[in-house]
Amino acid sequence: MHIVVCIKQVPDTKNVRIDPDTHTLVRQGVESIINPFDLFAVEAALQIKDASSATITVITMGPPQAEEALREVLSRGVDAALLLSDRAFAGADTWATSVTLSAAIRKLGNVDLILCGKQAVDGDTAQVGPEVATLLDIPYATFVKKMEPLDAQHLKVTRQTDEGTEVWKLSTPALITVIKEVGEPRLPSLRHKMRAKKAAIPVWGIAELGLDANDVGLCGSFTQVVRVFSPPRRTDRVIIEGSLEEQVEQLYRYLKEAKVPGI
Amino acid sequence: MKALVDGKKCTVCGVCSDVCPFGAITVGETSVEISDECTLCGMCVDTCEFGAISLPEVGAGPAADLADYNGVWVFAEWRDGTVHKVSYELLGAGRQLADKRGVELAAVLLGHGLGEALSSELIAYGADVVYLVDHPQLARFTNEAYADVLVDLIHKKRPEILLAGATSIGRSFIPRVAASVRTGLTADCTELDISEEGLLLQTRPAFGGNVMATIVCPNSRPQMATVRPKVMRPVRQPEHPGRSEVIEVSDGIFQNRVEVLEVIPEQDQTAKLTEADIIVSGGRGLGKAENFVLLEELAQLVKGAVGASRGAVEEGWIAPSHQVGQTGRTVAPTLYMAVGLSGAIQHVVGMQGSKIIVAVNKDREAPVFDVASCGVVADLFEFIPAFIRKIKQERE
Repeated sequence: MHIVVCIKQVPDTKNVRIDPDTHTLVRQGVESIINPFDLFAVEAALQIKDASSATITVITMGPPQAEEALREVLSRGVDAALLLSDRAFAGADTWATSVTLSAAIRKLGNVDLILCGKQAVDGDTAQVGPEVATLLDIPYATFVKKMEPLDAQHLKVTRQTDEGTEVWKLSTPALITVIKEVGEPRLPSLRHKMRAKKAAIPVWGIAELGLDANDVGLCGSFTQVVRVFSPPRRTDRVIIEGSLEEQVEQLYRYLKEAKVPGI
Repeated sequence: MKALVDGKKCTVCGVCSDVCPFGAITVGETSVEISDECTLCGMCVDTCEFGAISLPEVGAGPAADLADYNGVWVFAEWRDGTVHKVSYELLGAGRQLADKRGVELAAVLLGHGLGEALSSELIAYGADVVYLVDHPQLARFTNEAYADVLVDLIHKKRPEILLAGATSIGRSFIPRVAASVRTGLTADCTELDISEEGLLLQTRPAFGGNVMATIVCPNSRPQMATVRPKVMRPVRQPEHPGRSEVIEVSDGIFQNRVEVLEVIPEQDQTAKLTEADIIVSGGRGLGKAENFVLLEELAQLVKGAVGASRGAVEEGWIAPSHQVGQTGRTVAPTLYMAVGLSGAIQHVVGMQGSKIIVAVNKDREAPVFDVASCGVVADLFEFIPAFIRKIKQERE
């Protein structure tokens, strides 16, 4: 069984904040991390490998430094890594990203299962997984917390919905996006760290993928950002201090005046 | 590719360099250099007061037949035979867009054996027409069946705008629709408008909610967006005239590569976080699992749901389905009460869309007070029981 895991390197958003005076983004010490949901996808792949014999290839599209993210995942035990990097990929929206990833997966060939995190924490769109599945013309399931092979051609997954859970049966090859319930990501091991350090990571650009520069990156995108601005700030903040009775009374009146249903 | 600087307009003031999240802009003596680190995020474009920075255009695309597309569509969701609230909210937003464009507003209803009442309700919330597809394969949601039928309708009717709820259904199958018809899709919009050129302006949070970005889809149709529940306002207009139209689809559309084996509703009703008007959320400040009883009592009293920070979930005090934040649910209730939680950014991004945020924390310096509309500096173990008594007392 050949599993492909798609990961993304994202800015660590806990270090991104807006300067309250200038209303601009403060970027001090913004580091890159692997999208947390993608680590769950890596873990899910490793669990399948633990239980049966599987080969795992991890791929990412990004700038040359995204190679760090791939080495980290290699050190957790995946077998191979592939970097999709080309200046032409810059500015890609979810469609152009999906075009690039699906071209790479098609070129890898013989893929039985593709795993992704449910969404990336920088964009929060949750679109790339389903779009890759659509471009590859394979079935998919999103927000999956548990999966098990039923037979050689079928997979049973449990997915989280707004109302509860659903159990789906999918034919393979299939694409699955996972949530944290699939299991806590294991840590890198010394043995795999050594291997990761030396591993050769191929880099594919538009030439290797047989794509035209107009089909990828900003040129190949349908959507475009026309304006970026600071969210409106709360200017009406109330701080309630004083005795317990006063505080209770004040909060009750505050919520009553705001006509909160149920209060 | 990178952002473009117009040397004639640039005053080398350096503001763009300060806002670039990727450190891609270097300010020299007489000019500004943008390095290959640039990801075309657009942060600098809006900050430049001289209009000196621009982004390269998106692909030219086949712009020829854009004029053939008209009308605004709302994908109408239902649960247990009744329309999901988010669909009414989308019709409220869609009505305004349709009026601005001078076109029809349609609701698209996919299902099996759904009553007439659903169509009438959709019309009463502003739809001029309801397109109804009734097929046994649509009785239960699957990505493929829902997407492929909607794609078929889009090819037949050609709407210029399509809106859907950012629910677990919308977020799951709408990307397949967008990719199948080859158009753009913007997730989780919080604001929608029409530009002077008639384009859909889609505004959404970016960078973990730290900034807002307005996005357009200039060269492909329909322009597609998902919108989070509780963001738009439903407007019921019982006299609004509308018609409903049944559309037949051929059995050949259904691929049957996915089978729904089981649908298990959540036992714990309070866990319906995304739909609750009031959420009472607890963090590590609660100290132990037993203390969540306090929050449950308050939540039940106001018919709300109980949420939790990642810290509380990691301690094992409450099930992961209650987690709000980056790795949990994103919620936007009328009232969000953050009790005994510090307000880490990973938590805040999941709840900052709430209309009113009340923070209860004894630490006056806790970051949660920065996002709160109302902060109560108090010991939660004294304050919450007293607040519960107050509500009960007022009701008597």
